Amino acid sequence: MTVAIDVKGLRKSYGALEAVRGVDLQIESGEVFALLGPNGAGKTTTVEILEGYRRRDAGEVSVLGFDPARRARAMKGRIGIVLQSTGIEQFLTVAEVIEMYRGYYPNPRPLDEIIDVVGLNDKRDERVKKLSGGQQRRLDVAIGLAGDPELLFLDEPTTGFDPAARRRMWDAVKNLASLGKTIFLTTHYMDEAQELANRVAVISAGRIVAEGPPSSLAGRETSHTVVRFKLPERAPALPRTLRTEPTPGDGRVQIEAADPVKVLYELTGWALEKGVTLEELEVARPTLEDVYLKLTDGEAEAAE
Amino acid sequence: MSDVALAIRQVKYENRSFWRNPASAFFTFVFPIMFMVIFNLIFGSSKYSSFGPNGTVSDFYTPALMAFSIITACYTNIAMGVVFAREEGILKRLRGTPLPSWVWLFARITVSVMVAALLVVIIGAFGRAFYHVHLPAGHKLLGLAVALAVGAATFSAIGLAVTSFVPNVDAAPAVVNATIFPLLFISDVFIPIQHQGALTTIASIFPVKHLSHAIIVAYNPLIRGSGFHWQDLAIMGAWGVAALILTLRRFRWEPRAQS
Repeated sequence: MTVAIDVKGLRKSYGALEAVRGVDLQIESGEVFALLGPNGAGKTTTVEILEGYRRRDAGEVSVLGFDPARRARAMKGRIGIVLQSTGIEQFLTVAEVIEMYRGYYPNPRPLDEIIDVVGLNDKRDERVKKLSGGQQRRLDVAIGLAGDPELLFLDEPTTGFDPAARRRMWDAVKNLASLGKTIFLTTHYMDEAQELANRVAVISAGRIVAEGPPSSLAGRETSHTVVRFKLPERAPALPRTLRTEPTPGDGRVQIEAADPVKVLYELTGWALEKGVTLEELEVARPTLEDVYLKLTDGEAEAAE
Repeated sequence: MSDVALAIRQVKYENRSFWRNPASAFFTFVFPIMFMVIFNLIFGSSKYSSFGPNGTVSDFYTPALMAFSIITACYTNIAMGVVFAREEGILKRLRGTPLPSWVWLFARITVSVMVAALLVVIIGAFGRAFYHVHLPAGHKLLGLAVALAVGAATFSAIGLAVTSFVPNVDAAPAVVNATIFPLLFISDVFIPIQHQGALTTIASIFPVKHLSHAIIVAYNPLIRGSGFHWQDLAIMGAWGVAALILTLRRFRWEPRAQS
């Protein structure tokens, strides 16, 4: 495996504000990597340094073997950048815009393929002005693909999308991943990271605080399963083995279980025997979102 | 594709975008012609002694509004268009592609200069058809062409330079119009200035008056000689160079950072 992006000790300050405080990242070719973090955590700064838009204060950065700060034309010819909500030439058609951008690259991807990947076939001769927000966003991605990039940066690709549009965008990204492209994704949505990424990193206050596959981030796979339910009024007391923290007044109970099978067996056996209904019974593993919120605790509010 | 081929190709796209934008295409062309008709109706028959005993203000408006055409097509159009492209993020996106930055600017300016040239031809033809104002001949035609060319270059450069003083799209019309309209009134463009005074002294610091003067001189039947007015060209050129230096130092490709 070759390394597409290699970052060591990256730092960047704006005046007294240290936005990025020593970030290390390594992304291999063909990976779909998601960088997660609240607003103001250093996410955009990190990405824009990798894309060549901003200069770093310290650290080593290599993108496809180039130092992005030099903004080499050869590097720009091999990457695709999809920025957050950027304007597109309003009065050109979908096909014209993509064709215009294709001309900038040494090895562009065929026009029809690009339009196909983002699912804009029926809009190809429509002026950009007339597209919906979701269609414009897919056109953003199409432009990012114009040069048939080895490495694609996708900055919050589905913010503001309705659920159907998100699904279509996800399909487009999976499609690209299946072609072996390296994808560097930033997102606010945990389900998006879960769905698309092989590996995620969480950035908080300018540092990477956790990194790994979405299924096991920050020990997620080993953490306890939670069993939740509500006891009716006047229910008999739970058996001793299931008693946990003091039960709140409304009868809601939450049991953290290292072995959920055993706990559920005991619980349901007890409920059947006593004729107790367990309302709203659910069994859940901590979601990626739970893990994320724990990792970035308090910072999300601080950034508001 | 070579950079030259890329530049030519970009001109085509920018040109297409310009003509498909009904608002900008309409206003760029309608304003100079509208002013031509209105000013001629109001002031046209007054005497204009600079052009001799038979000179009328009608003779003045054809060259004067050629100057206005250059200013509106180059200065106003470039300043507004570039600010819009910058604030929308179009320039930022382009900077992330292998396209050399100068290619886009070149294409944008070329389209404005082509529009300016077309407008000048329309105004000239209009003046000749309706107000019997004849195009200068010989050396003076060359003088006219040089004045127009220097004017287009200067006001394109100033249009680019002014973008760095415009914080956002909403401020663009205010900044662009507030800087140019007072000058259009005091610089022999909208109103023929026949008496010297404090305002003409102020006007002579700025390039608008020198553009209109250089064009009017070429049209003036009383003035013989080469048709070149070196002083006007030099002052315009100085503004153009200053604007270019300012652009190189201060031009922004991205909207101001939000956070």
